[in-house]
Amino acid sequence: MAVEIHTDDFDPWEIVRQAETAIPANARGAASVFVGRMRDFNEDEDVTGLFLEHYPGMTERELERIVAEAEARWPLLGCHVAHRVGDVRPGDALVLVATWSAHRVAARDACSDILERLKHEAPFWKRETLTDGTQRWVEKNTPGF
Amino acid sequence: MTVHVHYFARLREELGRPNEEAELPAGETTVGGLWQHLHQEAPPERLMAAVNQEQASLETPVRDGDEVAYFPPVTGG
Repeated sequence: MAVEIHTDDFDPWEIVRQAETAIPANARGAASVFVGRMRDFNEDEDVTGLFLEHYPGMTERELERIVAEAEARWPLLGCHVAHRVGDVRPGDALVLVATWSAHRVAARDACSDILERLKHEAPFWKRETLTDGTQRWVEKNTPGF
Repeated sequence: MTVHVHYFARLREELGRPNEEAELPAGETTVGGLWQHLHQEAPPERLMAAVNQEQASLETPVRDGDEVAYFPPVTGG
């Protein structure tokens, strides 16, 4: 299990490739990967920049707790979570959740559960900058999208 | 007793400070009670909190030396 906070742009696919080498090749029947990136629009407005704030210490602990609870619930062979903080540009990766298991349902369900819990429980906050320079804090995640 | 208070995101900007030290009479208070003591008003709706970097509610006890954080709903991912 690994949890990472990135202050600069990161390549989620390179992380997946590296992490997968640590999992026994003959056992990893299924991998499920979610990559979230910054859009240049939100709620019908153009967004030019995003600042992601976190709570150093607590954020890592919350991510580790969420992953540990998923590992207790599903038979996972590996799990990797990465999240960006700081000033972000459109197209940059914001979040990576990758899970490996012998079978598809465990990998897929654990990946989905970790992502949804991360969005509702881990201390991260987004502040958007719009084209006219105004800034606004995102008040809630888009449910069910 | 002394409590270390942190604010994040919109709350941090609105209050104009990322943290402060709270001095309270010896004894025990709660997350909600500490907010009332510091701001002289009831906690805002949808306020989230943590005590010693673990999720907390307004009823969670606060003791001498604790780290208490207040923040708006989280929006990561």
